[in-house]
Amino acid sequence: MRYARWTVLGLAGLFFVLPLGASIEFSLRDKGNGHSFSAWRQMFDVPGFTDGLVTSLILALGTMILVLALMIPTVAWLHLRLPRWRRTVETICILPLVIPPVALAISITGTFGADGVVGKQTPWFFTPITLFGQQILPILLLEYVVLALPFTYRTLDAGMSSISAATLVEAARNLGASWPTTLLRVIVPNLRTPILSAAILGGAMVLGELTLALLLFAPTFPVWTINAGAQADPKIGVAASMLILLVSWILLMMMSLLGSHRPNKLARRAAR
Amino acid sequence: MNRRTVGLLAGVLALGLAVAGCSSSSSKNSKAASAKSAADLGGMDQLAAAAKKEGTLNVITLPRTWANYGAIMDDFTAKYGIKITDANPDGTSADEITAIKSLKGQSRAPDVVDIGPAFTTVNKNLFAPYKVATWNDIPDSQKDADGAFYQDYGGYVSIGYDANRIKTPPTSFADLKNPEYKGLIGLQGDPTQAGAGFAAVYAASLANGGSLDDIKPGIDYFGALKQSGNYITVAATKASVESGQVGVTIDWDYNQVAFVSALKGSKVDWKVVVPKDGLYASYYNQAISATAPHPAAARLWEEYLYSAEGQNLYLKGAARPVTLKAMQTGGTVDQAALSALPAVSGTAQLASETQIDKAKAALVADWTKAVS
Amino acid sequence: MTVAVQNVDTPGVNPAAAPRAVSSGGRRRGAGLIGLAPFAVFVGFFLGLPTYKIVVGALHGPDGSWTLASVRQLAHDPYKDALVQTVKLSLYTALLGGALGLAIAFAVVSSTSTLLRHVVSTASGVLAYFGGVPLAFAFLATMGPQGLATRWLVHIGVHLERFQLYGFNGLTLVYLYFQIPLMVLVIYPALEGLRPQWFEAARNLGASRAQYWRFVGGPVLLPPVLGAVMLLFANSLAAYATARALTSGSIPLLSVQIANTLSSNVGPSQENLGYAMGLELIVIVALAMVGYSLLQRRAARWAG
Repeated sequence: MRYARWTVLGLAGLFFVLPLGASIEFSLRDKGNGHSFSAWRQMFDVPGFTDGLVTSLILALGTMILVLALMIPTVAWLHLRLPRWRRTVETICILPLVIPPVALAISITGTFGADGVVGKQTPWFFTPITLFGQQILPILLLEYVVLALPFTYRTLDAGMSSISAATLVEAARNLGASWPTTLLRVIVPNLRTPILSAAILGGAMVLGELTLALLLFAPTFPVWTINAGAQADPKIGVAASMLILLVSWILLMMMSLLGSHRPNKLARRAAR
Repeated sequence: MNRRTVGLLAGVLALGLAVAGCSSSSSKNSKAASAKSAADLGGMDQLAAAAKKEGTLNVITLPRTWANYGAIMDDFTAKYGIKITDANPDGTSADEITAIKSLKGQSRAPDVVDIGPAFTTVNKNLFAPYKVATWNDIPDSQKDADGAFYQDYGGYVSIGYDANRIKTPPTSFADLKNPEYKGLIGLQGDPTQAGAGFAAVYAASLANGGSLDDIKPGIDYFGALKQSGNYITVAATKASVESGQVGVTIDWDYNQVAFVSALKGSKVDWKVVVPKDGLYASYYNQAISATAPHPAAARLWEEYLYSAEGQNLYLKGAARPVTLKAMQTGGTVDQAALSALPAVSGTAQLASETQIDKAKAALVADWTKAVS
Repeated sequence: MTVAVQNVDTPGVNPAAAPRAVSSGGRRRGAGLIGLAPFAVFVGFFLGLPTYKIVVGALHGPDGSWTLASVRQLAHDPYKDALVQTVKLSLYTALLGGALGLAIAFAVVSSTSTLLRHVVSTASGVLAYFGGVPLAFAFLATMGPQGLATRWLVHIGVHLERFQLYGFNGLTLVYLYFQIPLMVLVIYPALEGLRPQWFEAARNLGASRAQYWRFVGGPVLLPPVLGAVMLLFANSLAAYATARALTSGSIPLLSVQIANTLSSNVGPSQENLGYAMGLELIVIVALAMVGYSLLQRRAARWAG
């Protein structure tokens, strides 16, 4: 059993690390046959580097928070009150994956832009549209939340099923807890792993998402990679894409380690 | 929902209202927006002054190494002090048109566009007519009579190759069938979508008995090239060429020349040759957006591009400026840059928009079958 | 949320609260839907409106009139071909990615190293979104004719350059690079939910490992595994940048065709045709969801 595990992990590791290694090797190339960090060093000097990075980090954080704030209560509600609606919501939540980002970008600008279906009439409650007139980032943030729906729903749904939410809620309500308390202090702690998974995927997605941001002219880091980075030198472009991976990974590792700082000990004790 | 939640929602709505209320519309310099030439504004100096007041120019899909646009943009900014924002440098002509339409009324909208020939007449209603000072130097067949769009620079389909890896340099499309080039030849991208790729197929067609009305021999040519393994479908980019994944590319000659300088000092020794058998040329087109947020800067940009200075900068980038003949007669051409251009034998006819549309339709229908 | 007023100030057991909190009886269902309101409003705006535009665009012509012309074009090559190749590619990568991802997730869950879990879950998250041109480049740099691995393996007689990275199989391999991590990340919480106590209990009752999987582990895991594979399938449908960089259109895929019609350097955008293909993708997923629902129902029956 142990051999099987390490063979699988070893092969997987090789499959995933080799291509990255080859890319990094290219980014380290220098005159003739030499290697150096020159492309990496130059990357930091290309204008817009910090702005793009900060923008993407803020978008990632915002997406993670918003999608969880929206979906945790929704999935809980579905499991507790409306189990028959689960399939419908699941279907809705898979749509964002299917719509190609190019089509989505054009339909977004067609809907929310000046000439769009919604943009043409701007009554006061269509504030997202007027925001779009000023800044693309709020709309991009909200669309990222939409793009995060598929896997967020999937992980939360699977997680909620496995913790027999109904019993927990009943017990909590019996003890006099209000709905917000039940949600925050009973359900969420038990969903630690799914929530963390969803947050990780959401953050990683935003930090790596290119097409939608590019077509909406948003100044995110992946867009910077293409616009400024690769324009200066293809090695810089490759180095920048490797940098995104590294930065995302480090941040997510921090999140993951902090998030499970108090591992299932509490839950295990409670289950006994 | 308790009172707290309702209160929060109301607060968010109120905030949104406040933001919406504070929305400021971009000031429109309507005099510049309707100017059809510099004279309408009182001369070049007035135009430059109005443009300086606007302070920014939005361009789109202009890679810095494409036809020397990097130097052109830097020089324009240095000369007039107008900042240039270049959105989506690797975007397509379609992206430019989409941007004009979708960003209408916003300060990020593009002011000017540089588009392929098939995008001009069909989008004429999006452009503001304007005739630059050197209008008469542009050949009649290369501009719209009303001034809605006008060609700026062009190039020939050319073959580029890594001299360090290729023993016999190719000089024609026929040469490329040689088994020595197995696994080496790449195009700029999918010919049904990428301009230079499309042109490569067109040129191959001309080299194999086709014409501007018949692109089929070109499709067949690449089908055979794929079968023999010479043509690989990997998109030829700076990165894929520099890393050696693609050894031979078919691209615009000005791009190939840019590759040569970009790859200096790497393992690749890039050389360019315009093929003897298939000569295909194409020019890009300038146009000013009718809804440009900076109309004066847009017009100044056009004046700059069509001045001898601007046209010579194109030439330095190995692109052939549209006013070349007039500059040669007038003696304003940069002789050194002119003689550095890749040698071309013969004259090429430019394809009309209808021919391009027909060829594209034929390509879309048959390309995948030919090369799969 | 709850319609009845709960007296939550009294500590201790409140017998009135217990059953009402969880039931979903007939009269209650209408009130229950209110809980979905935030979700519905949000999705309606930011997913519904763009989707609506796609559907409407697919059924209209450039002049704004209703027409099925764009939809009818889908039945011709290369779009017909693209449909077949797209579904084929998505199906293969979803099933293969699902199986391999499951194996990796198992390997991680069954290990005692918490560091391994953190590394794998975060790396999976990051790699699940690594795609497009950088991914194509990375594979070419590894396995292409001039690739690192290609050059090394020649020494031991393996000729990697014979493997066409830009053929259908090559594309499948490259797609797996993001499908497998996605599977790992999505299925991992479900695997963790498989409590070791159940295995111990089954053992105590005399069950063999195979029987445990057949009667306990399998039925519990099958629904989330099916859900994850479905996610992978949908994920692969819309991926295009990678395919485009590797194949330049030699393998027709709907997502690439959509990008070609909406963002081209050769000819003006054919928005209605692009939207028609978008609609086609949505229909494919809807059909897949139907099949998936049927599968889930059978899986539920297995669980008894």
